[in-house]
Amino acid sequence: MASSLLEVADLACRRGGRKVFERLSFSVGPGELLALVGRNGSGKTTLLRALALLVRPEAGSIHWQGNDARAEPEAWRGRLAWLGHLEGLKGDLTVAENLLAAERLRGAPPAEDRLDSALVAFDLPSLAARPVRTLSAGQRRRTALARVVLAQAPLWLLDEPLNALDVPAQSAFRAALQKHLAAGGLAIAATHADLGIGGSRTLELA
Amino acid sequence: MSGFAALVARDLRLVWRRPGDVAVVLAFFVVATTLFPLGIGPEANVLARIAAGVLWCAALFAALLSLDRLFAADFEDGTLDLLLLAPWPLELAALAKCGAHWIVTGLPLALLAPFLGVAFGLEPRALLALAATLLVGTPTLSLIGGLAAALTLGARKSGALLALLALPLCVPTLIFGAGAVEALATGGDFGAHLAVLAALALVALATTPWAIAAALRQAGE
Repeated sequence: MASSLLEVADLACRRGGRKVFERLSFSVGPGELLALVGRNGSGKTTLLRALALLVRPEAGSIHWQGNDARAEPEAWRGRLAWLGHLEGLKGDLTVAENLLAAERLRGAPPAEDRLDSALVAFDLPSLAARPVRTLSAGQRRRTALARVVLAQAPLWLLDEPLNALDVPAQSAFRAALQKHLAAGGLAIAATHADLGIGGSRTLELA
Repeated sequence: MSGFAALVARDLRLVWRRPGDVAVVLAFFVVATTLFPLGIGPEANVLARIAAGVLWCAALFAALLSLDRLFAADFEDGTLDLLLLAPWPLELAALAKCGAHWIVTGLPLALLAPFLGVAFGLEPRALLALAATLLVGTPTLSLIGGLAAALTLGARKSGALLALLALPLCVPTLIFGAGAVEALATGGDFGAHLAVLAALALVALATTPWAIAAALRQAGE
């Protein structure tokens, strides 16, 4: 492997007094996808939340280009695009408003000019003016994925990205992910299904 | 700073999409305060004496009524995670949320109070004083209430717990808010009361955002 951007060493997490995982080490380089697999409750979501510093790890370190992520949490968070199992969308706002508001909340410059390509990538232009509460589960998931693309962040953290997506939406997601990886981006995805990206690595959580 | 403004703008837009939520709070304030003249009877000097206390208590309850959704809505739809992940301080996000809450509850309550004060037979000077105390005092209610809302996030019966947590902390603001209007009527020092009220607001401003941010991080775990 070439130089790795993300280095995780000896990570351990505890939830409700129970050890979820310990001594977890891996590294991810530019253009790499790391798929997290494992049974329900094996700690995939906890690992993603620990990487995003939403959950405080019990031990271990997360380094980005040699810098400790926990020493500069705001710079670290600026490098992340997050897709949780909750979409993080406001039902009373339209698809376009949700995407633009999320970008502005990241402190990013106005995203109006980039919005169209993110909408097109997930076949959303016809839904752009619809309030999110009127959308189906798959349409919401597509909106959340468009938010990830719009963020233009080097590291994508995705929790079950294929959930509720139909076949065309799944291939749209693959295309977006491949484009992100081809541009040197990194992605870590918890998944049950094969994401269908060649050359991806797998980390199995027991 | 752009994230701060974006969060205030987003929350105001969400309220604008559901004006009923604010209307209920203001309607509660109007109904609760007008019950007192009806229950106590039309004795003008009794009503004028209790007016400030009644209006302040009603404003406090009305503000609390809307607080349990302040962070709960973001918690339930996952947007709280996005705030936790934003690359700027969560303390500012807490301040933005409380600020937006004040704009849609504290501010209209303060503007509405003088009109309700008329029903209590308050003189014009006292009506203005009442509005002034509410303008200076309600930010404290939004900040302390925001802290209680963040602490009770995810708890069952969070509404009742929130009130139990917030009400005792709001007592100093209540005392000096109602006391200021009373001081004006009895020839006391209105300015001193108002200054204490402002000091309480500044203390809340300087402390609660950190506590709210800590509570939100805990809720995100």
